[in-house]
Amino acid sequence: MKLKLLILGVFLGVFSMQSQEYFPKNDGVQMRNTNYTVFKNAKIHVDPQTLINNGMFAIKEGKITAVGKSINIPKNSIVIDLKGKEVYPSFIDLYSEFGIQKPKRAEGGNGPQYDAAREGFYWNDHIRPETDAVAHFSFDAKEAEKYHKAGFGVVNTHVPDGIIRGTGMLVALTPEVSEGDRILSDRSSQYLSFDKSVQSRQSYPTSIMGTMALIRQAYLDADWYSKGNADNKDLALEALNKNKDLVQIFTTDNLLNELRADKVGDEFGIQYVIVGSGNEYQRLDKIKASNATYIVPLNFPEAYDVEDPYLTGYLSLEEMREWNQAPANLKMLAEKNVPFTITTHSIDAEKDFKSNLLKAVEYGLPKEAALAALTTVPAKTIGLSEKLGVLKEGAWANFIITSGDYFDKETTLYENWIQGEKKVLESMDVTDITGKYDLNIDGKQYELDITGEASKPKVEVKMGETKIGSKLNFQENWMNLLLSSPDTTKTEFIRLVANVPEPNKTISGKAILPNGNETSFQATKKTGSEKDKKEKDKKEDKLPNIMPVTYPNIAYGFKEKPKQENVLFKNATVWTSEEEGVLENTDVLVKNGEIVRIGEGINAGGAKVIDATGKHLTAGIIDEHSHLAASDINEAGHNSSAEVSMEDVIDPTDIGIYRDLAGGVTTIQLLHGSANPIGGRSAILKLKWGESAEDLIFEQAPPFIKFALGENVKQANWSGNRFPQTRMGVEQVFIDYFSQAKAYESEKKQGGDFRKDLEMETIVEILNGERFVSSHSYIQSEINMLMKVAEQFDFNINTFTHILEGYKVADKMKEHGVGASTFSDWWAYKYEVNDAIPYNASIMNDVGITVAINSDDGEMSRRLNQEAAKSVKYGGMSEEDAWKMVTINPAKLLHVDDLVGSIKTGKQADLVLWNNHPLSIYAKPEKTMIEGVIYFDIDRDEKMRNEIKKERNELIGQMLKEKNSGVKTQPVTKKEEQRVHCDLLEEVQ
Amino acid sequence: MKKINIYSLIVLIIVSASSFAQQTPAEKQSEPVSIVGATAHLGNGGVIENSLIIFENGTITEVIAANLTKQQYPGKIINAEGKHVYPGFIAPNSTLGLVEIAAVKATEDEDEMGEMLPNVRSLIAYNAESKIVESMRPNGVLIGQIVPRGGLISGTSSIVQFDAWNWEDAVVKENDGLHINWPDAFRRGRWWRDEDPGLKSNKEYQEDVQKLADFFASSKAYLAGNRDYKNLPYLAMETVFKGDKKVFVHVNGEKEILDVIEFKKDQGLKNLVIVGGYNALGVAKELKSEEIPVLVNRPHSTPNKSYEDYDYPYKLAKLLQDEGVLVAIEGSGQMERMNSRNLPFYAGTVAGFGMDKEDALKLITSNTAKILGIDNTYGSLEKGKSATLFISEGDALDMRTNILSHAFIDGREVSLETHQTELWKRYSNKYKNQESE
Repeated sequence: MKLKLLILGVFLGVFSMQSQEYFPKNDGVQMRNTNYTVFKNAKIHVDPQTLINNGMFAIKEGKITAVGKSINIPKNSIVIDLKGKEVYPSFIDLYSEFGIQKPKRAEGGNGPQYDAAREGFYWNDHIRPETDAVAHFSFDAKEAEKYHKAGFGVVNTHVPDGIIRGTGMLVALTPEVSEGDRILSDRSSQYLSFDKSVQSRQSYPTSIMGTMALIRQAYLDADWYSKGNADNKDLALEALNKNKDLVQIFTTDNLLNELRADKVGDEFGIQYVIVGSGNEYQRLDKIKASNATYIVPLNFPEAYDVEDPYLTGYLSLEEMREWNQAPANLKMLAEKNVPFTITTHSIDAEKDFKSNLLKAVEYGLPKEAALAALTTVPAKTIGLSEKLGVLKEGAWANFIITSGDYFDKETTLYENWIQGEKKVLESMDVTDITGKYDLNIDGKQYELDITGEASKPKVEVKMGETKIGSKLNFQENWMNLLLSSPDTTKTEFIRLVANVPEPNKTISGKAILPNGNETSFQATKKTGSEKDKKEKDKKEDKLPNIMPVTYPNIAYGFKEKPKQENVLFKNATVWTSEEEGVLENTDVLVKNGEIVRIGEGINAGGAKVIDATGKHLTAGIIDEHSHLAASDINEAGHNSSAEVSMEDVIDPTDIGIYRDLAGGVTTIQLLHGSANPIGGRSAILKLKWGESAEDLIFEQAPPFIKFALGENVKQANWSGNRFPQTRMGVEQVFIDYFSQAKAYESEKKQGGDFRKDLEMETIVEILNGERFVSSHSYIQSEINMLMKVAEQFDFNINTFTHILEGYKVADKMKEHGVGASTFSDWWAYKYEVNDAIPYNASIMNDVGITVAINSDDGEMSRRLNQEAAKSVKYGGMSEEDAWKMVTINPAKLLHVDDLVGSIKTGKQADLVLWNNHPLSIYAKPEKTMIEGVIYFDIDRDEKMRNEIKKERNELIGQMLKEKNSGVKTQPVTKKEEQRVHCDLLEEVQ
Repeated sequence: MKKINIYSLIVLIIVSASSFAQQTPAEKQSEPVSIVGATAHLGNGGVIENSLIIFENGTITEVIAANLTKQQYPGKIINAEGKHVYPGFIAPNSTLGLVEIAAVKATEDEDEMGEMLPNVRSLIAYNAESKIVESMRPNGVLIGQIVPRGGLISGTSSIVQFDAWNWEDAVVKENDGLHINWPDAFRRGRWWRDEDPGLKSNKEYQEDVQKLADFFASSKAYLAGNRDYKNLPYLAMETVFKGDKKVFVHVNGEKEILDVIEFKKDQGLKNLVIVGGYNALGVAKELKSEEIPVLVNRPHSTPNKSYEDYDYPYKLAKLLQDEGVLVAIEGSGQMERMNSRNLPFYAGTVAGFGMDKEDALKLITSNTAKILGIDNTYGSLEKGKSATLFISEGDALDMRTNILSHAFIDGREVSLETHQTELWKRYSNKYKNQESE
């Protein structure tokens, strides 16, 4: 491929810029262009901060040789006068697929593919660091022209395929030279993403957390490989090591993934440059803290078509807000001093780049920052500050010539010079013929009104009050005007032609009448065009009111985070979930996020007093089994995924968090799904609505992992081809992995250059009792099996979750010392829950097992009080015991019962104030507090509802205005709330 | 805090259960029964404290405050002092008995292939011996409307009671309703045609609505003719046009509901019911004036849209009722069959979020009976109506106190035993015996 490009270079050799030619030439004589081109009288934007008015600069052999107010003009110079024009360094786009052949999609096969298709490379096909953009590149003149028109001179391009995507190349968009001249760097950077390669059907990873784990493991393996520890050849790892010192560019398409990418980088001391989503403004503090440079798209959402009020009902507030706020993203990034560049990726560079950029400027992005984002910042990011993005001696002669301030809508981009090669986009010598004229042809008087841009003028012609059909063509300063006959019944035309080399008061030329006779015409200018005035009118259109960002930036997000308060709950019925039981007429004092006193007649001492007379105060509900607030649930690509962590995929913008708070839930265990016997690590979260993903994590909680048994892991309800397919196989999976982990540990203890394996590390933690197991389970045989396997390896299963046949082996569970977290009354949805009974919790509780009621479901989660109460009906559990099943018992199962789960002095103030007996069907939370912060307040909720209604109305008004002004809109799409729980696995392959 | 003496209760249940084999339907009422001293929740909004309820041959003969009568209590006397009596709860729009285990295809009989299936009848597939059906009774859910799913016209439903040897014995009302799945103005992109899988405006919406109108028109034309050929789907429409078979339109969108109202007028349909009705609130006035009732989907759901009130599904029934619409609750959706026994708690939740408790009770009794057209017999405790009722230890809308001691269907005292209670006892005994060892 490379060779071919070089051959191509031979034919284009005449344009070559090499100072010393070594290519043979057979189509003529060798020539070298050693002339200077000097530009004078220009307004030169040397860099975003430096401006030379009326300056000069010279270029030679593709480079700038001098810039200044006044420079020497060598004798062998061609001088170009740029009077009235401005010069900017041409723009750089660090994220593109320019000239890259689209990778071919792997052919479909039967069922999922678990192994890599390639040999001699890494075990996972989606790690492709050996991919070399150069090998897939050929200059695409048509695409290049789009970039030229947008003012770009250099792009960084890559093969957009796979998780680790290999090296990118930096290409000058110079027309008419050889590839050899254009390639500024063939290994400019390495690209990464969260997307799998289309060239392989290998299943793993099926999730974002799996992707993150895979990248980590690849880094570890590469390091290990580099020390000569592998017996085999791994071309991918070799390439990964080779690419280590390149700029690493990580592509993402949403804000959460941006932060996730940065997290992985931080763990390995790599600072990724992050291709963002345009939504950075929604979590600016974390974006800033990432210390990354961002490559930000300019793809602002179009307004929604909200004319139909029925359809508009389906539009979410966050979608409306994104339309309203996204154009201010760059402004906010600039304000916060986050380094960023701009990419035209995901927009049409030719059509939308400038208008969107101007929109960003209109929304407050300083011009200097915009310019820097297109020139100096990308140059610095790619390590070529001296060569690109500035107009100074020694830099590439990459610049654009404009009719005026680039950021003026009316400014024309005349020429885009790249490596000293000129690309004319609009002639600089176009005469501006706009204005009103009196036109006289053959004794008849017409009125001529020419408007629009100088290079593309439009015309309107009238005779008296009658409008005359007309068509104007103005090229190379030749005017061709076609007029139809005032008599519309005839198809007759008058043709006018005139050369207008310079602006003049009169235009005169030849007219050819319908009868073929030729005569002359004269048009005399009366006034200038009225466009200036119109433009001014437009400018006065105010920007739409930009809505404040909330945390999270959806309905019910907080404009300002609620603060920790000292609170005295006065005169409540207090459900302690402790031996003290239920205390009537009791006060509870909360200070600095903790419960400091429980008793009667407590002095508030400055704390805010909440009258809880007639109300019930309980500890916050803890849901042992939740899939809320997660971007992904299952890593289903392997039968063990111990290397993945739910902490990597927390989604703090899930409205489910707020709804759970409204149901009195304060802590959840975010569990991996049940696609595989050894699932992923859990995230235990405090539902601190408004906080970022990492700040939701319940720091003091110990590590957990999800296991699963039964129909889901043996792929019983869909066709699968992965081991195991029976419960017999499930046992073997566990024994196998535990044995492997034992062997791993003993090898590790021997020291030396040891290959760190993230999956094995996790399983070793389990075997050593440092990580607790919560295992999805249904029928008695498998429950018993897992306990026996654990005993064989000398550790305990911590929790059986779901555990619907726990009542059949409660005695054995008691003996093993395992807890149970079950559904209150679910059954009959699949074969293995045919013997599930709602008395399960009561029986296990009676036997002495620590029992919790879990939800596994975003709907049930917010009514766990009702679910707990069902055990009063089914099996006659006492109310106090029932209440413990959603508070202190799950706290015990999660080993956080010293911190939360009951109302006890010294514990964290995670409290719920109920309007009624908390186990009653009529109960609803009025206030839900976590560590002294009231995250749900029923009165505040009411206020927010009104604000949301108001904001929606205002945004709808703004969008209607946008539509009426003729701007393109997009149709409303309906977002479906997706409730996930691990028992509905249709999506799992 | 009221605590129930659970052991006495267990004993009570075991004793009363021992006379009935599980799954064996009760025999016809042979002697009168008098329930004395209970708080009677009539299901029509009324409450009688310390009541006397008498029923004979399956029919209620007396519902009165006990102190207002000196009459001798006839037949078997049940002292229900401190307890509560309710009319049997009714689960409309249910697939009970059509599917046993959702994940096992062999047990699924809810969705026939084809688009226009008015002739397909749920009744004959209804499994009277379903383990899930019997699990309804201990929660007071005694009657259900069994509805086929799928297609544009899913088929014809029937109403059954939940204690029968077979479907024929189970029938309360045969072929009561025609079920239409109204097209959605939004539709998921068809990925196999390379469309974005997100939900978008359904370009075929009008076409699908027209299909329904065409089908109705063709049916009418056919029925008016000499019916030479037996067109089963058209023939199944005859009772619809006569007004004997109600039309249940499963629809949620506001615009779609307005289109349904138009459709009702165009087709001259007398009895039309909206099922689902998530966005019915916006068109409540129109529904009221057209006298179209709504079977609101289960309150135990999350709001469809992130900006909606967190309690919207909890209070929708109340909001509609406040607008004057006749409302009842249906429970279709995820795990709908096994969850049908939570019907009373659906109503309880609506009460928790603002509705008067006796009004909330109507959502699963008299209102449902009215909407299904069985209110002359079922849905309330009134003289002359079927003795389909139960006795609960306490408030039956609250799970803590929904504890049944007796349940009657058409006067027959039905078993409160189930597959689940048997397992409960079996394993409770296992551990009790271990203790005593």
